[in-house]
Amino acid sequence: MSKLIIKNARVIDPFTDTDGAFDVLIEGERVKEMRGRGKSEERKGKREKGRMKRKERRVINARGLLVIPGLVDMHTHLREPGREDEETILSGTMSALKGGYQAVVCMANTEPPVDNLGIVKYIREAERVCDVYPVGAVTKGLKGVELSEIGDLVNAGCVAVSDDGMPIMNSFIMRRALEYCKQFGIPVISHTEDLNLSSGVMNEGIVSTELGLPGIPSCAEEAMVARDILLARFTESKLHIAHISTKGSIELVRRAKKEGVNVTCEATPHHLSLTDECVRSFNTNYKMNPPLRTEVDRKAVIEGLVDDTIDMIATDHAPHADFEKELEFDRAPSGVIGLETALACGITYLVKPGLMDMKQLLRKFTVNPTRILSLSIRGISAGEYANLAIVDPTCEWIPQKFLSKSKNSPFIGKKLYGKVLYTLYKGKLYEW
Amino acid sequence: MCPDSSEIKGLKRKDLLGILELEREEIELILSTAVSFKEILERPIKVVPYLRGKTVAFLFFEPSTRTLNSFSLAARRLSCDSVSVSASSSSVLKGETLLDTAKNLEAMKLNFVVVRHSSPGASHILAKNLTSSVVNAGDGCREHPTQALLDLLTIKEHFGKFDELKVVIVGDIEHSRVARSNIWGMTKLGMDVSICGPPTLIPRDIDKMGVRVYYNLKEAIKGKDIIYVLRIQKERQAAGLFPSTREYIKLYSITEEVLEKYAKKKVVIMHPGPVNRGVELAPSVADGMRSLILPQVTNGVAVRMACFYLLPGGTGEGRGMGQL
Repeated sequence: MSKLIIKNARVIDPFTDTDGAFDVLIEGERVKEMRGRGKSEERKGKREKGRMKRKERRVINARGLLVIPGLVDMHTHLREPGREDEETILSGTMSALKGGYQAVVCMANTEPPVDNLGIVKYIREAERVCDVYPVGAVTKGLKGVELSEIGDLVNAGCVAVSDDGMPIMNSFIMRRALEYCKQFGIPVISHTEDLNLSSGVMNEGIVSTELGLPGIPSCAEEAMVARDILLARFTESKLHIAHISTKGSIELVRRAKKEGVNVTCEATPHHLSLTDECVRSFNTNYKMNPPLRTEVDRKAVIEGLVDDTIDMIATDHAPHADFEKELEFDRAPSGVIGLETALACGITYLVKPGLMDMKQLLRKFTVNPTRILSLSIRGISAGEYANLAIVDPTCEWIPQKFLSKSKNSPFIGKKLYGKVLYTLYKGKLYEW
Repeated sequence: MCPDSSEIKGLKRKDLLGILELEREEIELILSTAVSFKEILERPIKVVPYLRGKTVAFLFFEPSTRTLNSFSLAARRLSCDSVSVSASSSSVLKGETLLDTAKNLEAMKLNFVVVRHSSPGASHILAKNLTSSVVNAGDGCREHPTQALLDLLTIKEHFGKFDELKVVIVGDIEHSRVARSNIWGMTKLGMDVSICGPPTLIPRDIDKMGVRVYYNLKEAIKGKDIIYVLRIQKERQAAGLFPSTREYIKLYSITEEVLEKYAKKKVVIMHPGPVNRGVELAPSVADGMRSLILPQVTNGVAVRMACFYLLPGGTGEGRGMGQL
């Protein structure tokens, strides 16, 4: 059995509410022991030196580094089946691993979509290098007309339902979906966008006005957030709002949470870091849906993350082929990849400026999605799977290359802080 | 008089993509160069050899007669060869992307590429991928810089100045690249710019571009030196942006009557053409004494000659800098 010791690490684990110096011993797939390093650090260090000589042991000296539980992404598009040229379950999970993830939740808008048992099984059986939890379609064919056989989907392993990419415009269907899912205890993940209002390609405001690009108004999102909150309150169901992006939406969720509505939400790394000003370059890696908003909205996203109105950072990792992205801005598809830069983005824009500490940030990458989806992930402790990442929290780097099959990152060439150096998934070590 | 090469410095840029990025001095340079070229257009032999041996490609993804003819004439007057790459034809229908087109054009070793395209930023894509000078002849609703330049030249000729002139642009501001380019150019030259139209055709936050916004035509034209009228496209009505052409005419059409009642005596009327007679502009106004519409067309050729002349055209340096 392979053995690994991570020495001199600072373990930060929101699952166990840990923040301290430990040596982490890993045997096979699991964590064998967490050995605290108190004042006697020096002495213990010497003692271990003797043990380390045994050849089967690999030792990583993690002085100055953080050991964190593997992250969980609640919003990933893996593109398989259908667009394997853009991403496969294997390449997407490799990309996730490199970003420090142990699990991704993959959206249902594949081709064909995840609206039946067969596709769920296909995804569950596909080759992967970290955990993949599928999301089922709310409606057949993501058409927003008839509910899919959600019971079947949940039975086969879906942890939530969503028509992400397509909003459910029909309020009756949304109501029934929320109600129907109560029997399974899963959330409905809502892509909140009123299509009648949102026929643009970027945020509507001074930048869209200057660029002559059709705008997507903030109220296109807010109108649907408001509707879904009302439906969730009425039906007493579990609602999760995907990729929240406007100040108004965040205020609606804040108020709803205070009133006791069972609503949670996520923000993407790009909405907390970038604004519609980026679009002036016409670089289609700044085209996503919802679009990059104004600085006022960006600050509201940060504020929402800090006061826990926004429960998590989810990537909305959306791979697109170069030949599709290299089009005129209004013709290119929406979406950007994010798995390999998400944690760094959080560190750069939230931890480094002192807006939150590392443990609070990690809650948004681990504990919160785990709780909302009722996953069985339990952090770094003896007996659990060794799913963790070793991070240099201060390393300055510029994203250029990706393990994702697609390269449509808005962070290419941008300076970020915090780099995942190693990821362990079930004890298997990946060095980046 | 010919442009004097020793005095004229070329533009400091490879491409002309919009008025937004031009310095005031660059606009003034283009206008004064255009004035020199206008003189050539009055001669019996209207051709000068400045761009002999150079080639311009016209890449028009949207239909255009006026702008294309104007550019084409400008090139010919400068002895520049031209090819028309009809973009509605084969390759685009076969799925060739703009980037592919750019790479192909690059391989043809052109000096200038004039592009019109329905997508804002399309000319940026070409500019980034071509060593030739790219001239934007309209990219979606974003900019149409040579139109604004010819408008500015027309204003300069008529008034002899820009400072403190009051202009109101009337019509579908939201979908108008002409409005955007003119707002940038006019404000840069010190003019006082207002816009007027139904609120549904006025884009959000446009006041941040430095213009005053009016919804009421009668108030808007009061005290203005220039009324710049935009073409109203019938399909906007179908898109639900105003109830009927009839109502648009009632509220926003520039007629003799409206001018008599509310406008300055010496007001001039401009329009980028083609005019929807009887819709945004009464025929008698379009053809009347106040109209500068035909001088605008004449100036189009001169301004476009100036642009070709001042851009490096694939030589890597601005015209006039030891070129002639």
